[in-house]
Amino acid sequence: MNALLAQYPQEVERILAKYPADRKRSAVMPLLYLAQRAEGYIRAQDLRDIAEICEISITDVASIVGFYTLYYDQPLGRYHIQVCTDLPCALRGAEDFLHQLSEKLGIGVGETTPDGLFHLEEVKCIGACHRAPVFQVQGDGEIVFHENQTVETALAVIDALREQARAAKGEEA
Amino acid sequence: MSQHILLRHRDIPNLDRLEVYRKHGGFEAFRKAVTSLQPAEVIQIVKDSGLRGRGGAGFPTGLKWSFCPNTIWPHYVVANADESEPGTFKDREIMESNPFQFLEGLMIAAFAIQANAAYIYLRGEYWQIGKLLDQKIAELEAAGLLGDHLFGSSYSLRLYTHMGAGAYICGEETALLESLEGKLGQPRLRPPFPAVAGLYARPTVINNVETLANVPPIIQNGAAWYRDFGTDKSPGVKVFSLSGHVNRPGNYELPLGTTFRELIYNYGGGIREGRNIKAIMSAGASSSLIIANEKALDTPMDYESLVGLGASLGSASVIVLDETVNMAWLAHKTTHFFKHESCGKCTPCREGTYWMTHILERIVDGKAVEADVELLQAVASQMQGKCLCALGEFSILPVLSSLQKFRADYLQKVAAPSLEVES
Repeated sequence: MNALLAQYPQEVERILAKYPADRKRSAVMPLLYLAQRAEGYIRAQDLRDIAEICEISITDVASIVGFYTLYYDQPLGRYHIQVCTDLPCALRGAEDFLHQLSEKLGIGVGETTPDGLFHLEEVKCIGACHRAPVFQVQGDGEIVFHENQTVETALAVIDALREQARAAKGEEA
Repeated sequence: MSQHILLRHRDIPNLDRLEVYRKHGGFEAFRKAVTSLQPAEVIQIVKDSGLRGRGGAGFPTGLKWSFCPNTIWPHYVVANADESEPGTFKDREIMESNPFQFLEGLMIAAFAIQANAAYIYLRGEYWQIGKLLDQKIAELEAAGLLGDHLFGSSYSLRLYTHMGAGAYICGEETALLESLEGKLGQPRLRPPFPAVAGLYARPTVINNVETLANVPPIIQNGAAWYRDFGTDKSPGVKVFSLSGHVNRPGNYELPLGTTFRELIYNYGGGIREGRNIKAIMSAGASSSLIIANEKALDTPMDYESLVGLGASLGSASVIVLDETVNMAWLAHKTTHFFKHESCGKCTPCREGTYWMTHILERIVDGKAVEADVELLQAVASQMQGKCLCALGEFSILPVLSSLQKFRADYLQKVAAPSLEVES
């Protein structure tokens, strides 16, 4: 039983339709994003499901997860707070920004808040050099930019996400 | 510029809406190509315009299109929207605000090489842009501008987006193709070149987003019109991404051949906090440092003139550095980036960026001695000319140029080594 296919039959079909019928392997990256949508990371079962759909080995799928930075093979937090500190951003105060954000959140870079909601990451250039400090939030199957930030505006974004997560939990219950 | 050619959304509100884009001549160039021009004629117009690749390499676009052999089918076009060079954020603005001009350029390129499918490879971080383009593509299908028998002809075309997932190397065109095929993003050995054996080993043209956005106005207005802009050898306009220590960072569309001085002081509003300019990187992190003296500031930014400064135009990502920047610190920043992004396939790049980063870490932490500066120079020099692709080759440019032009910055760091240094 292919759980991914069972859960998202239309999405899987739409993804496969993008590529020639005999080139299913091309679908591996979009399928990994699809698998990651619900839990925020790729599980062993997902690797098996995707390997089956793409007609490649599980090892091939796992190697893709390891190579690309936006895939995760373990749960690190629902929202990844990804701050760019590359050269152009660093020239505009991004390193200080990250440092202060880390202090305010009470976690180091690469750590997760105790409630499991936020994982703080230092990332490479995200293409927003003119609006530094910048960060992106990866989570819930989305990646969203937040530009021209201060520590205060960043904390407001994080508070809003916390509220959103709480509301969603309320709905489930 | 008063009237933009690429960033037209700055002159025309809501240009990202199909009806507005069409009202301003949108898709007339594509219609003209499909209904009244032969593919070879389209290629000839682009050749005559002198348009060169805007992703960094500056290869003549029309010539690239002419390389696809008509004996192997199908052909593919791939738009390189993996914009990842530190300091580059131009393709993003084009796709976000003037998406149809980019898509129309892609469609004309596809017609020119008779491809019936084209892919747009976006960096994963541009997730929202990917969603936007999917929506725009659906609108074009609904409007009959994409699909089968376009304008009553026998020509059919479909566009697809494909999201990368965080790997700078996928901007290298053969690594991009590997990634699109569902493999690790690692460069291929060349030859064969993508024009002969590209996506799925079929003839493939890969063009940067900005390059493609130039194509509709060229087809519409002609090659001679385009050559009115820029210089003889570097015709046309370019979007310059300006970042770093300037008052007004951002994208500026200017004719090729505009001087650094005009970009930095006129458009960029000069250096922040009234400081002095020290150096310029003209091609993002993949740059040799340019000492920002009077001669450099008066140098025209085009493909040829920058070579005279020992630099290159690349994707025209101009990073401005003021007098407070220590160039050893800068080299550590860029080298750390390249080490992180090295795909690991070839040894000189994988090991070289690793060791350069370690040495530079020692230097910026004040734990190095002067011999480490020599060692850094030796490692960088040994990588030169030995890497499989441009990532490794370019990673040494900030290192070697800063060692050559700003050696005092290194010596300052090693002059007073901290007490933690082991003897």
